[in-house]
Amino acid sequence: MADTVVGENPDPHAAGEDPNRRDFIHIAAGAAAVGAVGALAWPFIDQMNPSADTLALASVEFDLSKVALGQQVTIKWRGKPLFIRKRTEAEIAAAVADDSANMPDPEADEVRHKPGKAEWMILIGACTHLGCVPTFAGGDYGGWFCPCHGSHYDTSGRIRRGPAPLNLAVPTYEFLSDTTVKVG
Amino acid sequence: MSGHSTYEPKTGIERWLDTRLPIVRLGWDSIVDYPTPKNLNYWWTFGGILAVCLGIQIVTGVVLAMHYVPHVDHAFASVERIMRDVNYGWLVRYMHANGASMFFIAVYSHMFRGLYYGSYKAPREVLWILGCIIYLLMMATAFMGYVLPWGQMSFHGAVVITNLFGALPIVGEAITTWLWGGFAVDNATLNRFFSLHFLLPFMIAGVVGLHIWALHVPGNNNPTGVNVQSKADTVPFHPYYTVKDGFAIVLFLILFATFLFYNPNALGHADNYIPANPLVTPAHIVPEWYFLPFYAILRAVPDKLGGVILMFGAIAVLFVLPWLDTSKVRSMRYRPTGKLYFMIFVVACLVLGYCGGQLPDNHVIPGLSTFILIDADLNSMVWLSRLATLYYFGYFLVILPLLGLTETPTAQPESISTPVLSHPAGMPAGAVAAPEKKG
Repeated sequence: MADTVVGENPDPHAAGEDPNRRDFIHIAAGAAAVGAVGALAWPFIDQMNPSADTLALASVEFDLSKVALGQQVTIKWRGKPLFIRKRTEAEIAAAVADDSANMPDPEADEVRHKPGKAEWMILIGACTHLGCVPTFAGGDYGGWFCPCHGSHYDTSGRIRRGPAPLNLAVPTYEFLSDTTVKVG
Repeated sequence: MSGHSTYEPKTGIERWLDTRLPIVRLGWDSIVDYPTPKNLNYWWTFGGILAVCLGIQIVTGVVLAMHYVPHVDHAFASVERIMRDVNYGWLVRYMHANGASMFFIAVYSHMFRGLYYGSYKAPREVLWILGCIIYLLMMATAFMGYVLPWGQMSFHGAVVITNLFGALPIVGEAITTWLWGGFAVDNATLNRFFSLHFLLPFMIAGVVGLHIWALHVPGNNNPTGVNVQSKADTVPFHPYYTVKDGFAIVLFLILFATFLFYNPNALGHADNYIPANPLVTPAHIVPEWYFLPFYAILRAVPDKLGGVILMFGAIAVLFVLPWLDTSKVRSMRYRPTGKLYFMIFVVACLVLGYCGGQLPDNHVIPGLSTFILIDADLNSMVWLSRLATLYYFGYFLVILPLLGLTETPTAQPESISTPVLSHPAGMPAGAVAAPEKKG
């Protein structure tokens, strides 16, 4: 028969073959390529996260007898400054008196120090706004003042005024004796 | 790159190469016989100036990398060694440091020119967006480069900028830890910044290639904003604009040399000559001058996340500008009202830059205390910043969309040549009247 058949698919590959099989191969190959690229991308992203030796940073022990009443010593812990402040009775009283004051991140003074150790205020010395180191005894509340963008912290390290959203962080620590503290 | 090529290879070797890699043809069509509007003014020379700036930064940067040590214990000392001991190290480092400032002077001139003459409007939207990408890459490169000397400003600048990402809800902390490679800005951070600071300029060069490609498809905009209509409106790029750009580059290099040789630290900050100390933040921390407007926007907002969003938004808004400006008239020359609002916009940007360098509580008018409005004295830098920030966003999001619908533009010329040829002094005669017929 020499008649031209109109409407039939002239593609020889398609003739007599189930088109779904070819679609499946395309989709499977594409999915495999995307999966492989994704699996390879992760190591290249994750390599920027803290390495094993960085994570293994040891905790620090500190001799509290170095800190005089009303003063503060700053040490480095995990690359960040750590404030160890020995508060006066007046500073503790000021912090406790403000427990119910209106503040952005309300917290009672007593949960920010160890029980019976109200004089020791141990905090991570990084402003919760953008990480600058607040200056000792500055600002309107006698605690700390951040020079970068003007955040005022009280003597309990609570944010009282300025752009910082949170109180200065309290690290994990324990008293090994009356004069030694272990941070981390 | 588009349209008919006029390149004719004259020698055998040129013909041989042209059929294999038509690179000489590409150069000929792009920078020799490329038809360019004949009325471009000196604001159009900043493209060429920027190419020179990129070249200077790459050459001096590669040289500095031969002597610099990316380690927290050695970085500061290695920079001082470059300054004191390496042959001509002082020259190369001052070229690189001042070159960054020159780069930003040129890019801001280039961007304000685009804003004034409507160079972002159809059919140049992609060209404009590629420019915005280059600007973003430049900012990332400049920021990371400033960290490398590991001075006090380097370190605490890096702390502040990386902490911006901490403002993001949920993922913020994970992202900052990932950026730092630790729990604070430290050696891992310095190392990766060095690697990326080396990489990004070459990415900039790549996007510059796309930028020029996207320029050569529709061709240059021009001060009238009127499309090129015939060959009478254009001149070949060479020698007309090679010479004009060359002259502007010489003037620009004189300015560069003035800073470089007479006041190389004028644009820097003295605190960056103090080695980085993670335990003490400088009393007055400021970024480099070219970031001050964005820093002022960041500080204008009392909320951490809000400030970060607005600061990035100030750049993001540039990307959608082609669709915000509703005016059909490109050049502000023919938009008297638009021109006025544009001038105020330039002033607002300068005011933001000024505020960014001041303490937020400083008085604008010295010695005058007014009253506390919400959280700060009305006569303070923070309120001036808020006013200028409001205008910055208002210009893009309110003024340009509405003004295009309501203003009455003045008459545009029919073509680029018309205002020249119908000069009120009368028709000039001879070669001046018909320069295309000369010689």
